[in-house]
Amino acid sequence: MHNVENSIREAAKKLLSEKKVDLIVGYERGTLPLRTTPCFVDKAEDVRKLVWNENCDANLSKYLLSRKENVGVVAKGCDARSIAVCIFEKQIDKEKVVIIGAPCLGLIDKKKVKAKLDGRELLEATIEDEQIRLKGEGFELVFPKKDFICNSCLTCRHRNPPIYDVFTGEKVSEAEVDEFGEIADLEAKPAKERWEHFKEELDKCIRCYACREVCPLCYCKTCFVDQTMPIWFGKTNDLSDTMIYHLVRAFHVAGRCVDCGACSRACPMNINLREVVKKTEKIMKERYDYTAGLSLEKIPPLGEFKIDDSQEFIK
Amino acid sequence: MKPAEKEWTPKILAFLCNWCSYAGADLAGISRMQYPPNIRVVRVPCSGRVNPYFIIKALQRGWDGVLVSGCHPGDCHYISGNLVARRRFAVLKDLLEYLGIESGRLNFSWVSAAEGEKFATVVKEVVEKVKALGPAERLVKR
Repeated sequence: MHNVENSIREAAKKLLSEKKVDLIVGYERGTLPLRTTPCFVDKAEDVRKLVWNENCDANLSKYLLSRKENVGVVAKGCDARSIAVCIFEKQIDKEKVVIIGAPCLGLIDKKKVKAKLDGRELLEATIEDEQIRLKGEGFELVFPKKDFICNSCLTCRHRNPPIYDVFTGEKVSEAEVDEFGEIADLEAKPAKERWEHFKEELDKCIRCYACREVCPLCYCKTCFVDQTMPIWFGKTNDLSDTMIYHLVRAFHVAGRCVDCGACSRACPMNINLREVVKKTEKIMKERYDYTAGLSLEKIPPLGEFKIDDSQEFIK
Repeated sequence: MKPAEKEWTPKILAFLCNWCSYAGADLAGISRMQYPPNIRVVRVPCSGRVNPYFIIKALQRGWDGVLVSGCHPGDCHYISGNLVARRRFAVLKDLLEYLGIESGRLNFSWVSAAEGEKFATVVKEVVEKVKALGPAERLVKR
Protein backbone atom coordinates (compact mmCIF):
# COMPACT_ATOMS: atom_id res chain seq x y z
CA MET A 1 0.00 0.00 0.00
CA HIS A 2 2.80 2.44 1.00
CA ASN A 3 4.76 1.42 -1.99
CA VAL A 4 1.80 2.30 -4.25
CA GLU A 5 1.35 5.58 -2.39
CA ASN A 6 4.99 6.50 -2.94
CA SER A 7 4.93 5.65 -6.58
CA ILE A 8 1.71 7.65 -7.08
CA ARG A 9 3.51 10.64 -5.54
CA GLU A 10 6.57 10.08 -7.71
CA ALA A 11 4.48 9.74 -10.85
CA ALA A 12 2.49 12.85 -9.96
CA LYS A 13 5.65 14.81 -9.23
CA LYS A 14 7.20 13.74 -12.52
CA LEU A 15 4.10 14.63 -14.53
CA LEU A 16 3.80 18.03 -12.89
CA SER A 17 7.45 18.99 -13.09
CA GLU A 18 7.70 17.87 -16.71
CA LYS A 19 4.61 20.02 -17.37
CA LYS A 20 2.80 17.07 -18.93
CA VAL A 21 -0.20 17.90 -16.80
CA ASP A 22 -1.44 21.07 -15.11
CA LEU A 23 -3.30 19.31 -12.38
CA ILE A 24 -3.34 16.01 -10.54
CA VAL A 25 -6.62 14.72 -9.18
CA GLY A 26 -6.05 12.26 -6.37
CA TYR A 27 -6.99 11.57 -2.78
CA GLU A 28 -5.89 13.21 0.43
CA ARG A 29 -6.55 12.29 4.03
CA GLY A 30 -10.05 13.24 5.15
CA THR A 31 -10.96 14.91 8.39
CA LEU A 32 -12.76 11.87 9.76
CA PRO A 33 -11.36 8.41 10.40
CA LEU A 34 -11.56 6.02 7.44
CA ARG A 35 -12.21 8.90 5.07
CA THR A 36 -10.33 10.39 2.17
CA THR A 37 -11.35 13.33 0.11
CA PRO A 38 -10.60 14.23 -3.50
CA CYS A 39 -7.58 16.48 -3.76
CA PHE A 40 -6.30 18.70 -6.53
CA VAL A 41 -2.56 19.20 -6.75
CA ASP A 42 -1.04 21.72 -9.13
CA LYS A 43 2.43 22.17 -7.62
CA ALA A 44 5.07 19.44 -7.60
CA GLU A 45 5.96 20.13 -3.96
CA ASP A 46 2.40 19.42 -2.86
CA VAL A 47 2.35 15.82 -4.04
CA ARG A 48 3.02 14.55 -0.52
CA LYS A 49 -0.60 15.37 0.22
CA LEU A 50 -1.61 12.46 -1.98
CA VAL A 51 -2.52 9.25 -0.21
CA TRP A 52 -3.47 5.76 -1.27
CA ASN A 53 -5.37 3.34 0.94
CA GLU A 54 -8.55 1.28 1.32
CA ASN A 55 -10.60 4.42 1.86
CA CYS A 56 -10.00 6.02 -1.53
CA ASP A 57 -13.54 5.31 -2.59
CA ALA A 58 -14.57 8.33 -4.67
CA ASN A 59 -14.66 7.66 -8.38
CA LEU A 60 -12.57 10.58 -9.60
CA SER A 61 -13.55 10.27 -13.24
CA LYS A 62 -16.45 12.61 -12.47
CA TYR A 63 -13.88 15.43 -12.03
CA LEU A 64 -12.50 14.95 -15.53
CA LEU A 65 -15.68 15.80 -17.39
CA SER A 66 -15.36 19.03 -19.35
CA ARG A 67 -11.89 19.95 -18.05
CA LYS A 68 -9.95 22.38 -20.20
CA GLU A 69 -6.49 21.74 -18.76
CA ASN A 70 -4.37 18.59 -18.93
CA VAL A 71 -5.14 16.42 -15.94
CA GLY A 72 -3.49 13.45 -14.33
CA VAL A 73 -5.86 11.26 -12.39
CA VAL A 74 -5.36 8.51 -9.84
CA ALA A 75 -7.57 5.61 -10.86
CA LYS A 76 -8.45 2.19 -9.50
CA GLY A 77 -9.67 -0.56 -11.79
CA CYS A 78 -13.29 0.61 -11.77
CA ASP A 79 -12.34 4.29 -12.08
CA ALA A 80 -10.13 3.60 -15.07
CA ARG A 81 -12.94 1.66 -16.70
CA SER A 82 -15.43 4.47 -16.23
CA ILE A 83 -12.86 6.90 -17.64
CA ALA A 84 -12.54 4.58 -20.63
CA VAL A 85 -16.32 4.69 -21.16
CA CYS A 86 -16.28 8.50 -20.94
CA ILE A 87 -13.38 8.70 -23.40
CA PHE A 88 -15.28 6.47 -25.83
CA GLU A 89 -18.34 8.67 -25.44
CA LYS A 90 -16.22 11.76 -26.11
CA GLN A 91 -16.85 13.26 -22.70
CA ILE A 92 -13.19 13.16 -21.78
CA ASP A 93 -10.44 14.06 -24.21
CA LYS A 94 -7.93 11.23 -24.18
CA GLU A 95 -5.13 13.60 -25.19
CA LYS A 96 -5.71 15.68 -22.08
CA VAL A 97 -5.82 12.90 -19.53
CA VAL A 98 -3.02 10.92 -17.97
CA ILE A 99 -4.38 7.94 -16.06
CA ILE A 100 -2.23 7.00 -13.09
CA GLY A 101 -3.43 3.45 -12.62
CA ALA A 102 -3.22 1.86 -9.19
CA PRO A 103 -4.03 -1.70 -8.15
CA CYS A 104 -6.86 -2.04 -5.64
CA LEU A 105 -7.60 -4.84 -3.21
CA GLY A 106 -11.00 -3.60 -2.19
CA LEU A 107 -12.43 -0.59 -0.40
CA ILE A 108 -13.76 -0.30 3.11
CA ASP A 109 -17.51 0.12 3.21
CA LYS A 110 -18.27 2.87 5.73
CA LYS A 111 -21.85 1.69 6.01
CA LYS A 112 -20.68 -1.73 7.18
CA VAL A 113 -18.39 -0.06 9.74
CA LYS A 114 -21.21 2.16 10.93
CA ALA A 115 -23.47 -0.83 11.42
CA LYS A 116 -20.93 -2.39 13.79
CA LEU A 117 -20.61 0.78 15.86
CA ASP A 118 -24.22 0.85 17.09
CA GLY A 119 -24.43 4.62 16.90
CA ARG A 120 -21.18 5.23 18.79
CA GLU A 121 -18.80 7.78 17.32
CA LEU A 122 -15.66 6.56 15.66
CA LEU A 123 -12.64 8.65 16.65
CA GLU A 124 -9.75 6.66 15.32
CA ALA A 125 -9.27 3.73 12.99
CA THR A 126 -6.17 1.87 11.99
CA ILE A 127 -5.76 -0.85 9.43
CA GLU A 128 -2.88 -3.28 9.85
CA ASP A 129 -2.23 -6.84 8.75
CA GLU A 130 -5.72 -7.40 7.40
CA GLN A 131 -7.15 -6.23 10.73
CA ILE A 132 -9.11 -3.10 11.35
CA ARG A 133 -9.05 -1.47 14.76
CA LEU A 134 -11.87 0.92 15.59
CA LYS A 135 -11.46 3.23 18.56
CA GLY A 136 -13.84 5.65 20.18
CA GLU A 137 -14.82 6.89 23.59
CA GLY A 138 -14.87 3.85 25.84
CA PHE A 139 -14.54 1.20 23.20
CA GLU A 140 -11.94 -0.46 21.06
CA LEU A 141 -12.96 -3.08 18.55
CA VAL A 142 -10.90 -5.26 16.26
CA PHE A 143 -12.36 -6.93 13.19
CA PRO A 144 -10.91 -8.71 10.20
CA LYS A 145 -10.69 -6.28 7.31
CA LYS A 146 -12.54 -8.62 5.00
CA ASP A 147 -15.77 -8.07 6.97
CA PHE A 148 -15.86 -4.48 5.79
CA ILE A 149 -15.00 -4.77 2.12
CA CYS A 150 -17.54 -3.13 -0.21
CA ASN A 151 -19.92 -5.50 -1.98
CA SER A 152 -18.89 -4.10 -5.34
CA CYS A 153 -15.26 -4.98 -4.54
CA LEU A 154 -16.18 -8.51 -3.51
CA THR A 155 -17.35 -9.27 -7.03
CA CYS A 156 -14.67 -7.20 -8.78
CA ARG A 157 -12.76 -8.86 -11.59
CA HIS A 158 -10.69 -5.88 -12.65
CA ARG A 159 -8.58 -4.88 -9.68
CA ASN A 160 -5.85 -3.67 -12.01
CA PRO A 161 -6.90 -0.84 -14.31
CA PRO A 162 -7.28 -2.29 -17.81
CA ILE A 163 -6.42 1.12 -19.28
CA TYR A 164 -3.71 3.40 -17.91
CA ASP A 165 -0.81 5.63 -18.93
CA VAL A 166 1.35 5.13 -15.85
CA PHE A 167 1.03 2.10 -13.60
CA THR A 168 2.02 2.47 -9.99
CA GLY A 169 2.99 -0.35 -7.66
CA GLU A 170 2.73 -3.94 -8.73
CA LYS A 171 -0.16 -5.66 -10.42
CA VAL A 172 -2.29 -7.73 -8.09
CA SER A 173 -3.81 -11.05 -9.01
CA GLU A 174 -7.38 -10.93 -10.25
CA ALA A 175 -9.89 -12.75 -8.09
CA GLU A 176 -11.95 -15.55 -9.58
CA VAL A 177 -15.37 -14.60 -8.34
CA ASP A 178 -18.92 -15.17 -9.42
CA GLU A 179 -19.65 -11.74 -10.84
CA PHE A 180 -23.41 -12.04 -10.74
CA GLY A 181 -23.75 -14.30 -7.73
CA GLU A 182 -25.23 -11.61 -5.54
CA ILE A 183 -28.33 -11.15 -7.69
CA ALA A 184 -28.79 -14.86 -8.43
CA ASP A 185 -31.04 -15.44 -5.41
CA LEU A 186 -33.23 -12.53 -6.35
CA GLU A 187 -33.49 -13.65 -9.95
CA ALA A 188 -34.55 -17.12 -8.88
CA LYS A 189 -37.54 -15.75 -6.99
CA PRO A 190 -40.96 -15.48 -8.62
CA ALA A 191 -41.86 -12.08 -10.14
CA LYS A 192 -44.22 -11.23 -7.31
CA GLU A 193 -41.54 -11.64 -4.65
CA ARG A 194 -39.06 -9.64 -6.70
CA TRP A 195 -41.64 -6.91 -7.01
CA GLU A 196 -42.25 -6.93 -3.26
CA HIS A 197 -38.51 -6.78 -2.64
CA PHE A 198 -37.91 -3.82 -4.93
CA LYS A 199 -41.04 -2.12 -3.69
CA GLU A 200 -39.73 -2.25 -0.16
CA GLU A 201 -36.21 -1.16 -1.16
CA LEU A 202 -37.07 1.64 -3.56
CA ASP A 203 -39.87 2.99 -1.41
CA LYS A 204 -37.10 4.31 0.85
CA CYS A 205 -35.86 6.59 -1.94
CA ILE A 206 -36.19 10.30 -1.16
CA ARG A 207 -35.19 11.40 -4.67
CA CYS A 208 -32.08 13.26 -3.49
CA TYR A 209 -30.35 12.15 -6.72
CA ALA A 210 -27.08 11.45 -4.90
CA CYS A 211 -26.77 8.27 -6.99
CA ARG A 212 -27.07 10.26 -10.18
CA GLU A 213 -24.70 13.02 -9.09
CA VAL A 214 -22.02 10.58 -8.05
CA CYS A 215 -22.35 8.29 -11.06
CA PRO A 216 -19.43 8.85 -13.45
CA LEU A 217 -21.69 8.08 -16.39
CA CYS A 218 -24.64 10.29 -15.46
CA TYR A 219 -23.28 13.37 -17.18
CA CYS A 220 -26.37 14.46 -19.13
CA LYS A 221 -26.84 18.22 -18.94
CA THR A 222 -30.54 17.69 -18.32
CA CYS A 223 -31.52 14.40 -16.77
CA PHE A 224 -34.78 12.87 -17.98
CA VAL A 225 -36.36 13.43 -14.57
CA ASP A 226 -35.48 17.13 -14.68
CA GLN A 227 -36.93 17.66 -18.13
CA THR A 228 -39.97 19.87 -18.29
CA MET A 229 -40.79 19.74 -22.00
CA PRO A 230 -42.19 17.14 -21.93
CA ILE A 231 -42.35 15.93 -18.36
CA TRP A 232 -41.93 12.22 -18.92
CA PHE A 233 -42.11 11.01 -15.37
CA GLY A 234 -43.17 12.61 -12.13
CA LYS A 235 -40.74 14.10 -9.66
CA THR A 236 -42.62 12.88 -6.61
CA ASN A 237 -41.54 10.13 -4.27
CA ASP A 238 -44.60 8.14 -5.17
CA LEU A 239 -43.50 4.52 -5.50
CA SER A 240 -44.30 4.40 -9.20
CA ASP A 241 -42.19 7.49 -9.90
CA THR A 242 -39.21 6.39 -7.84
CA MET A 243 -39.30 2.91 -9.35
CA ILE A 244 -39.33 4.39 -12.82
CA TYR A 245 -36.50 6.77 -11.98
CA HIS A 246 -34.29 3.89 -10.88
CA LEU A 247 -35.42 1.67 -13.72
CA VAL A 248 -34.69 4.26 -16.38
CA ARG A 249 -31.40 5.25 -14.79
CA ALA A 250 -30.38 1.60 -14.90
CA PHE A 251 -31.49 1.45 -18.51
CA HIS A 252 -29.42 4.52 -19.33
CA VAL A 253 -26.27 3.01 -17.86
CA ALA A 254 -26.89 -0.39 -19.47
CA GLY A 255 -23.75 -1.46 -21.29
CA ARG A 256 -21.83 1.43 -19.73
CA CYS A 257 -21.99 0.75 -16.00
CA VAL A 258 -18.69 -0.57 -14.64
CA ASP A 259 -20.10 -1.44 -11.21
CA CYS A 260 -17.88 0.93 -9.26
CA GLY A 261 -20.53 0.89 -6.53
CA ALA A 262 -20.54 4.67 -6.14
CA CYS A 263 -24.36 4.84 -6.26
CA SER A 264 -24.79 2.39 -3.40
CA ARG A 265 -22.12 4.11 -1.31
CA ALA A 266 -23.68 7.52 -1.88
CA CYS A 267 -27.25 6.53 -1.02
CA PRO A 268 -28.27 8.17 2.27
CA MET A 269 -31.20 5.79 2.63
CA ASN A 270 -29.00 2.70 2.33
CA ILE A 271 -30.74 1.37 -0.76
CA ASN A 272 -28.67 -1.28 -2.46
CA LEU A 273 -28.84 0.37 -5.86
CA ARG A 274 -26.28 -2.00 -7.29
CA GLU A 275 -28.95 -4.67 -7.22
CA VAL A 276 -30.71 -2.83 -10.04
CA VAL A 277 -27.74 -1.79 -12.18
CA LYS A 278 -25.95 -5.10 -11.74
CA LYS A 279 -28.73 -6.71 -13.74
CA THR A 280 -27.98 -4.51 -16.74
CA GLU A 281 -24.38 -5.68 -16.60
CA LYS A 282 -25.57 -9.26 -16.59
CA ILE A 283 -27.92 -8.70 -19.53
CA MET A 284 -25.06 -7.18 -21.52
CA LYS A 285 -22.76 -10.05 -20.66
CA GLU A 286 -25.26 -12.78 -21.40
CA ARG A 287 -26.93 -11.37 -24.46
CA TYR A 288 -24.07 -9.53 -26.12
CA ASP A 289 -20.95 -10.86 -24.38
CA TYR A 290 -19.87 -7.37 -23.47
CA THR A 291 -18.14 -5.92 -20.43
CA ALA A 292 -17.99 -2.15 -20.23
CA GLY A 293 -14.82 -0.11 -19.94
CA LEU A 294 -12.26 -2.62 -21.14
CA SER A 295 -11.52 -1.06 -24.48
CA LEU A 296 -11.48 2.35 -26.10
CA GLU A 297 -12.57 1.03 -29.50
CA LYS A 298 -15.24 -1.59 -28.95
CA ILE A 299 -18.76 -0.28 -29.59
CA PRO A 300 -21.12 -0.96 -26.68
CA PRO A 301 -24.11 -3.23 -27.35
CA LEU A 302 -26.76 -0.52 -27.50
CA GLY A 303 -24.68 1.37 -30.05
CA GLU A 304 -24.73 -1.38 -32.64
CA PHE A 305 -26.72 -4.44 -33.73
CA LYS A 306 -26.38 -7.73 -35.51
CA ILE A 307 -28.88 -9.30 -37.84
CA ASP A 308 -28.88 -12.49 -35.76
CA ASP A 309 -29.29 -10.94 -32.30
CA SER A 310 -31.26 -12.97 -29.78
CA GLN A 311 -35.01 -12.42 -30.17
CA GLU A 312 -36.64 -15.25 -28.25
CA PHE A 313 -39.02 -12.70 -26.69
CA ILE A 314 -40.39 -11.52 -30.05
CA LYS A 315 -43.18 -13.44 -31.73
CA MET B 1 -75.31 -1.68 -15.42
CA LYS B 2 -73.11 0.34 -13.12
CA PRO B 3 -69.47 0.67 -14.24
CA ALA B 4 -68.20 -1.36 -11.27
CA GLU B 5 -70.33 -4.34 -12.24
CA LYS B 6 -69.06 -4.38 -15.79
CA GLU B 7 -66.79 -7.26 -16.57
CA TRP B 8 -63.17 -6.15 -16.70
CA THR B 9 -61.53 -6.36 -20.09
CA PRO B 10 -57.90 -5.48 -20.64
CA LYS B 11 -56.78 -2.39 -22.45
CA ILE B 12 -53.71 -2.90 -24.53
CA LEU B 13 -51.66 -0.22 -26.19
CA ALA B 14 -50.20 -1.29 -29.52
CA PHE B 15 -47.40 0.53 -31.28
CA LEU B 16 -47.49 -0.55 -34.92
CA CYS B 17 -44.92 0.41 -37.48
CA ASN B 18 -46.34 2.25 -40.44
CA TRP B 19 -44.76 0.07 -43.11
CA CYS B 20 -45.42 -3.49 -41.94
CA SER B 21 -47.50 -4.08 -38.85
CA TYR B 22 -49.95 -1.23 -39.41
CA ALA B 23 -50.50 -2.50 -42.94
CA GLY B 24 -50.77 -6.01 -41.48
CA ALA B 25 -53.50 -4.79 -39.13
CA ASP B 26 -55.18 -3.11 -42.07
CA LEU B 27 -55.09 -6.35 -44.03
CA ALA B 28 -56.60 -8.20 -41.09
CA GLY B 29 -59.35 -5.60 -41.12
CA ILE B 30 -60.15 -5.65 -44.82
CA SER B 31 -60.00 -9.45 -44.80
CA ARG B 32 -62.73 -9.36 -42.11
CA MET B 33 -60.63 -11.34 -39.64
CA GLN B 34 -61.93 -11.43 -36.12
CA TYR B 35 -59.76 -10.41 -33.20
CA PRO B 36 -60.54 -8.98 -29.76
CA PRO B 37 -61.29 -5.27 -29.63
CA ASN B 38 -58.96 -4.63 -26.69
CA ILE B 39 -56.13 -2.93 -28.50
CA ARG B 40 -55.69 0.75 -29.18
CA VAL B 41 -53.28 1.44 -31.99
CA VAL B 42 -50.59 4.09 -32.10
CA ARG B 43 -49.14 4.33 -35.57
CA VAL B 44 -45.39 4.95 -35.48
CA PRO B 45 -43.01 5.39 -38.44
CA CYS B 46 -40.84 2.48 -37.31
CA SER B 47 -40.48 0.17 -34.31
CA GLY B 48 -37.22 2.06 -33.77
CA ARG B 49 -39.34 5.13 -33.04
CA VAL B 50 -40.72 3.48 -29.94
CA ASN B 51 -38.85 5.09 -27.09
CA PRO B 52 -38.69 2.87 -24.00
CA TYR B 53 -40.29 5.84 -22.20
CA PHE B 54 -43.47 5.20 -24.23
CA ILE B 55 -43.70 1.69 -22.87
CA ILE B 56 -42.90 2.62 -19.29
CA LYS B 57 -45.28 5.56 -19.43
CA ALA B 58 -48.05 3.31 -20.73
CA LEU B 59 -47.52 0.97 -17.78
CA GLN B 60 -47.50 3.89 -15.38
CA ARG B 61 -50.74 5.24 -16.83
CA GLY B 62 -52.39 1.91 -16.16
CA TRP B 63 -52.48 0.18 -19.54
CA ASP B 64 -52.80 -3.51 -18.86
CA GLY B 65 -50.42 -4.50 -21.61
CA VAL B 66 -48.22 -3.11 -24.35
CA LEU B 67 -47.61 -4.56 -27.78
CA VAL B 68 -44.87 -3.31 -30.06
CA SER B 69 -44.88 -4.65 -33.56
CA GLY B 70 -42.59 -3.91 -36.48
CA CYS B 71 -41.16 -5.30 -39.69
CA HIS B 72 -39.28 -8.59 -39.73
CA PRO B 73 -35.48 -8.23 -39.35
CA GLY B 74 -34.06 -7.30 -42.71
CA ASP B 75 -37.36 -5.84 -43.96
CA CYS B 76 -37.20 -2.49 -42.18
CA HIS B 77 -38.17 0.44 -44.36
CA TYR B 78 -35.30 2.33 -42.76
CA ILE B 79 -32.93 -0.67 -43.15
CA SER B 80 -32.02 -1.13 -39.50
CA GLY B 81 -34.58 0.64 -37.29
CA ASN B 82 -36.04 -2.60 -36.02
CA LEU B 83 -32.61 -4.11 -35.38
CA VAL B 84 -31.63 -1.19 -33.17
CA ALA B 85 -35.01 -1.41 -31.46
CA ARG B 86 -34.61 -5.14 -30.87
CA ARG B 87 -31.58 -4.70 -28.62
CA ARG B 88 -33.24 -1.86 -26.77
CA PHE B 89 -36.41 -3.90 -26.16
CA ALA B 90 -34.41 -6.95 -25.07
CA VAL B 91 -32.71 -4.94 -22.33
CA LEU B 92 -35.91 -3.14 -21.34
CA LYS B 93 -37.94 -6.34 -21.14
CA ASP B 94 -35.28 -8.17 -19.12
CA LEU B 95 -34.98 -5.23 -16.76
CA LEU B 96 -38.72 -4.72 -16.26
CA GLU B 97 -39.19 -8.42 -15.60
CA TYR B 98 -36.33 -8.37 -13.14
CA LEU B 99 -38.07 -5.59 -11.24
CA GLY B 100 -41.12 -7.82 -11.04
CA ILE B 101 -43.38 -6.69 -13.88
CA GLU B 102 -45.27 -9.72 -15.24
CA SER B 103 -43.67 -10.82 -18.50
CA GLY B 104 -47.03 -11.08 -20.29
CA ARG B 105 -47.58 -7.34 -20.10
CA LEU B 106 -44.77 -6.58 -22.53
CA ASN B 107 -45.19 -8.04 -25.96
CA PHE B 108 -43.17 -7.72 -29.11
CA SER B 109 -43.79 -9.15 -32.54
CA TRP B 110 -42.74 -8.90 -36.14
CA VAL B 111 -45.73 -8.72 -38.47
CA SER B 112 -45.30 -7.96 -42.15
CA ALA B 113 -47.84 -6.20 -44.38
CA ALA B 114 -48.87 -9.58 -45.79
CA GLU B 115 -49.46 -11.22 -42.43
CA GLY B 116 -52.98 -10.12 -41.56
CA GLU B 117 -53.66 -13.51 -40.08
CA LYS B 118 -50.54 -13.40 -37.93
CA PHE B 119 -51.59 -10.00 -36.65
CA ALA B 120 -54.99 -11.34 -35.60
CA THR B 121 -53.33 -14.32 -33.86
CA VAL B 122 -50.81 -12.10 -32.09
CA VAL B 123 -53.55 -9.85 -30.75
CA LYS B 124 -55.63 -12.84 -29.63
CA GLU B 125 -52.66 -14.32 -27.79
CA VAL B 126 -51.70 -11.05 -26.16
CA VAL B 127 -55.24 -10.37 -25.00
CA GLU B 128 -55.52 -13.86 -23.53
CA LYS B 129 -52.21 -13.51 -21.73
CA VAL B 130 -53.11 -10.14 -20.26
CA LYS B 131 -56.61 -11.34 -19.31
CA ALA B 132 -55.03 -14.16 -17.34
CA LEU B 133 -52.82 -11.66 -15.50
CA GLY B 134 -55.72 -9.42 -14.53
CA PRO B 135 -55.70 -5.63 -14.26
CA ALA B 136 -52.28 -3.97 -14.07
CA GLU B 137 -51.24 -2.89 -10.60
CA ARG B 138 -47.46 -2.84 -10.43
CA LEU B 139 -45.88 0.42 -11.58
CA VAL B 140 -49.32 2.05 -12.01
CA LYS B 141 -49.47 5.54 -10.58
CA ARG B 142 -52.67 6.02 -8.64
